[in-house]
Amino acid sequence: MSALAAVRVRATPGARGGAAKAPFEATAGRRAQAPEWLLDVLACLVGLAAFVALWALIARFGGRIPDPVTVWSAAVKIFAHPFYSKGPNDQGIGWNVLSSLRRVGIGFGLAALVGIPLGFMIGRWRFLSGMAAPIIALLKPVSPLAWLPIGLLVFKAANPAAIYAIFVCSLWPMIVNTAVGVRQIPQDYLNVARVLNLSEWKVFTKILFPAVLPYMITGVRLSIGVAWLVIVAAEMLTGGVGIGFWVWDEWNNLKVEHIIIAIFTIGIVGLLLEQSLVLLARRFSYT
Amino acid sequence: MDPNKYLSVEAVGKTFETRKGDFVALAGIDLAIRKGEFVTLIGHSGCGKSTLLNLVAGLLEPTEGTIILAEREVAGPGPDRGVVFQNHSLLPWLTCFDNVHLAVERVFQEPKSLLKKRTHEALELVGLSHAEHKYPHEISGGMKQRVGIARALAIEPKVLLLDEPFGALDALTRATLQDELMRIVEKTGATALMVTHDVDEAVLLSDRVVMMTNGPAARIGEVLQVTLPRPRERLALAHDARFMDLRAAVLEFLYQKQAHKARLKVA
Repeated sequence: MSALAAVRVRATPGARGGAAKAPFEATAGRRAQAPEWLLDVLACLVGLAAFVALWALIARFGGRIPDPVTVWSAAVKIFAHPFYSKGPNDQGIGWNVLSSLRRVGIGFGLAALVGIPLGFMIGRWRFLSGMAAPIIALLKPVSPLAWLPIGLLVFKAANPAAIYAIFVCSLWPMIVNTAVGVRQIPQDYLNVARVLNLSEWKVFTKILFPAVLPYMITGVRLSIGVAWLVIVAAEMLTGGVGIGFWVWDEWNNLKVEHIIIAIFTIGIVGLLLEQSLVLLARRFSYT
Repeated sequence: MDPNKYLSVEAVGKTFETRKGDFVALAGIDLAIRKGEFVTLIGHSGCGKSTLLNLVAGLLEPTEGTIILAEREVAGPGPDRGVVFQNHSLLPWLTCFDNVHLAVERVFQEPKSLLKKRTHEALELVGLSHAEHKYPHEISGGMKQRVGIARALAIEPKVLLLDEPFGALDALTRATLQDELMRIVEKTGATALMVTHDVDEAVLLSDRVVMMTNGPAARIGEVLQVTLPRPRERLALAHDARFMDLRAAVLEFLYQKQAHKARLKVA
């Protein structure tokens, strides 16, 4: 915190005298340059501005793509009442996002419940790993949407079928990463357990679990990323309330600006999910 | 019980099965250690000295022969032997206190307050009371190894096994920790078996230096009695003729009698 504050002080021209008095090694080699965070922010802003400019250009000469200003004013209208509800097919964007998140949450939660213990077992026992390897190798590259008809067949309803697709796509990264984590545990830690003759429970709580946790969180992060990708497509197929369905509905209404709003919304929600898990991962890294 | 055979390695051999066929690491090892004795194993790298230590620790099983500690045959690892690993092997998600406590609570069936007291005492013994609540990544390499020693000693093992404990440390830290270890061993009267490749360390710390021939099928080449009186002073010994002689004897073994084979192995 204090280091950041110091950099910030140095960035303002009025504080230059103070910076000169700062310890030699802190300022050496940096005196003439703008601080790094300022450059980062600047780069970010320039990138976004270029993106919007390109978009405006395409909108102008490319026919039916709405320009940024139109989309912005449509977005202001939509986000003014995110939680209205006029029947199942006409709900605010807030409800749509929340129902998609709910499906992801349930499917993903079930996948964690199954995948993490399975990953532990596969990582711990070689035979089990040999058993699971061909199945995982075969099924992992399959698009989760290919499972959707099976889900519809089994559950005979759209909502559980979508959740099922999320479950399937979240499962693989969770199993694979947890298993890798278990296999990566340094032999040294296991030797400590062996020379102390620790009980299986202690080995699990004091060594296996904390050692695997960072890998598990990586699995969770990958899973939730994939799940958020898949839910949009799954909802386009299943209908109901959800951000994916909303995109499809607005396409049928030919409200292209709403589709663009949906794209940004999906992106922002995905980014927030990812970032919160990155924060969680940082909390549990031990080096 | 024969007091000279507190720890007894009897006709022990170890053969590893590899893809290229069997590899005989150790053959016909006989070694008896007195209670309270400090013995070091020294030899060129790859001579199987760590293998021998791991056999005593129970992390490996001998292919031939037996190992007996306090009249009981060693069958697998157990807390009657305290192991100090080369790379400290502290669990990074536990504080220094918790790392030691994990061992203490496993070994002693006592009320919690007594277990905590034991943990505090072990850390105090290695001079780390002030760093109890730090995590391993917050302390220096030398301090980590001290916690490793505290963890091994806290369980009051019959024998302390040290696998090149100071190998990864810089020379100054190593010297400090050697002095510290001498002090601790004197205070606790621990029986210790240590693997090292440092000649000065071996002579300074040991009652006996066991010199091993080069592998494969490594054996005990010579055993050197170190009769220097204790407590030993590093600075005083630096100019001590007896120390120099002992040191020269080890060097001669390593660099004349065993040098040829070692060079062949490199080529």
